[in-house]
Amino acid sequence: MVGQQTLFQKIWDRHLVAQPAGRSPIIYIDLHLVHEVTSPQAFDGLRAAGRKVRRPTRTVATVDHNVPTEPRGTPITDLIAARQIAALQQNCKEFGIQLFDMDSPEQGIVHVIGPELGLTQPGMTIVCGDSHTSTHGAFGALAFGIGTSEVEHVLATQCLAQQKPKTMKIDVRGRLADGVTAKDLALGIIGQIGTDGATGHVIEYAGPAVRALSMEGRMTLCNMSIEAGARAGMVAPDETTISYLKGKKFAPTGKAWEQAVAYWRSLPSDGGAQFDKVVEIDAAQLCPFVTWGTNPGMVAPVTGRVPGMNGLKEAERRATELALQYMGLEPGRKIEDINIDRVFIGSCTNSRIEDLRAAARVAKGHHVSTKVRAMVVPGSQAVKRAAEQEGLHRIFQDAGFEWRESGCSMCLGMNPDILQPGERCASTSNRNFEGRQGRGGRTHLVSPMMAAAAAIAGHFTDIRNWKFE
Amino acid sequence: MKPFTVHRGRVAPLDRVNVDTDQIIPKQFLKRIEKTGFGQFLFNDWRFSNEGKKNPEFVLNEPRYEGATLLVAGKNFGCGSSREHAVWALADFGFRAVISSSFADIFSNNSTKNGFLTVVLREEEVAILMKRAFEIDDYQITVDLEKCEVRDDQGFRANFAIDSFVRHCLLNGLDDIGLTLQHAAEIDEFERLHPMPFASQA
Ligand code: SF4
Repeated sequence: MVGQQTLFQKIWDRHLVAQPAGRSPIIYIDLHLVHEVTSPQAFDGLRAAGRKVRRPTRTVATVDHNVPTEPRGTPITDLIAARQIAALQQNCKEFGIQLFDMDSPEQGIVHVIGPELGLTQPGMTIVCGDSHTSTHGAFGALAFGIGTSEVEHVLATQCLAQQKPKTMKIDVRGRLADGVTAKDLALGIIGQIGTDGATGHVIEYAGPAVRALSMEGRMTLCNMSIEAGARAGMVAPDETTISYLKGKKFAPTGKAWEQAVAYWRSLPSDGGAQFDKVVEIDAAQLCPFVTWGTNPGMVAPVTGRVPGMNGLKEAERRATELALQYMGLEPGRKIEDINIDRVFIGSCTNSRIEDLRAAARVAKGHHVSTKVRAMVVPGSQAVKRAAEQEGLHRIFQDAGFEWRESGCSMCLGMNPDILQPGERCASTSNRNFEGRQGRGGRTHLVSPMMAAAAAIAGHFTDIRNWKFE
Repeated sequence: MKPFTVHRGRVAPLDRVNVDTDQIIPKQFLKRIEKTGFGQFLFNDWRFSNEGKKNPEFVLNEPRYEGATLLVAGKNFGCGSSREHAVWALADFGFRAVISSSFADIFSNNSTKNGFLTVVLREEEVAILMKRAFEIDDYQITVDLEKCEVRDDQGFRANFAIDSFVRHCLLNGLDDIGLTLQHAAEIDEFERLHPMPFASQA
């Protein structure tokens, strides 16, 4: 009889293949997601060593990072990006891996399509050569990002040698108020614990405010775990998870579904399970947040001001000075007085149907400020189709937003969607690092509703006072 | 993989906290499909102006740090994106190790797969090395993985902790795919016992 176990511990134990003396444990990987940017060198490594992909059926690939968001069929003008996409096509063919390619109705950001296809399921181990693999933890899977050497390792062995991480529980009491979203919860947590607050840990998000989130909201929350330094983020599966998965393309059916559901229901952490660290958050204290600096922990309430330097330690003080200099801001500036030039609604954090619905509700009946260029980039072709069926694209277009094809787009600007030097952007993505959206570009992270409202107002504005049509 | 045992070299100080991998190797250089040649793009947006001119203010452009093989940096080095290109760029530029008070997990993992060392010292110790690298010309230190020790000629000596298996792989330059494949029988057995009927049939 094992003691009281956490969700993480249950998944870890189940996937332990071997524990060689004096070495890192070897764990089995159920699902390996692959994209064009972090995989070519891994496939080269396999070829050089004469190795095969051990389980091609557990490996799924798509192109997302550098695909253009112009109408599909437009040739890729960036020849180096085209070469990288061609390399993935060739590698998938050679090694027998399913690829959701540019022209596939299933194409999309890897962390958007895994869940919507039902590939992502509770209790699985999932990896991808991408730090935001933490997104899939929303289903109660152990999902984390790896580097290219580890991609090669998983391709060759379907396993990873991993040191066991520690566990951290983030207990979110109470309820989120109207206008305060999963994104604000994520930003609020990172603002509190810092960008290295969860380093070495797997976070389990718990508490009534987390239980009340939709699957989309849970994905947004888990997505940002890596911005707190966490190895992974997870939410225990429940009825919300199960009803989301029912009928999805790769979800089990019939008897297998019954078996799966029984397993999933056994996963939540036991009542007395111990965590290495516990953090409590009061949801009622949270509000819509806006980042003002160059990492996601530099965050302020929309009603607040850019902070001053008082009480900061030397290293933090210098970091703040550099951040403000880069962002072209001074201490004490009211957040609502910051004008913006661009708006980006998209990325694996906030490009799902619920995000687009929330943004469209704000945009409806309004018009984007004449000083702002705003774009909406659905996370996948499936999200795009769903949004168009609901007529969301009309609302956006009537309000003056550009409606684009799916991909990572201006989240990291590997395709032509980038900020110009000095341009200031309200973005629903996850990173406000220097140059992330284009060299010299200034990124402020916000929720989809806050981004849509900023597009219309031309500056940040508190969504809680918004006049919805 | 190139083994790492004992290395002595010049130290360059990067006095910033939370240096993210977007800064170490900006995204515009991630489109290459090779593992080599990333050194020229290391810290590109800090090293060069928009027009490609060297930024004289940036520490790695100072002639006195030319040829440095050890980088000392503020806490939480390597946070953000999982891009292993960050390690390839540092190594290709000539660095063998980074010393800081903390590293992001994925960055440390990626480092060890490339014979590149992330050395965790206490904040006060990092501050001493940083100060000396700024003040002393051609400041050199020794990073000794056999003894798990960092030392200089001025009497600095500090020990660091590292996972024993990771250390073993680094000292011997071992490829851990090969090591895992020694467990092929156990992997087969695992797959037999866990057919996972409810796993995705992609
Ligand atoms: S949307 Fe952004 S964060 Fe997400 S996978 Fe793409 S580039 Fe990475």
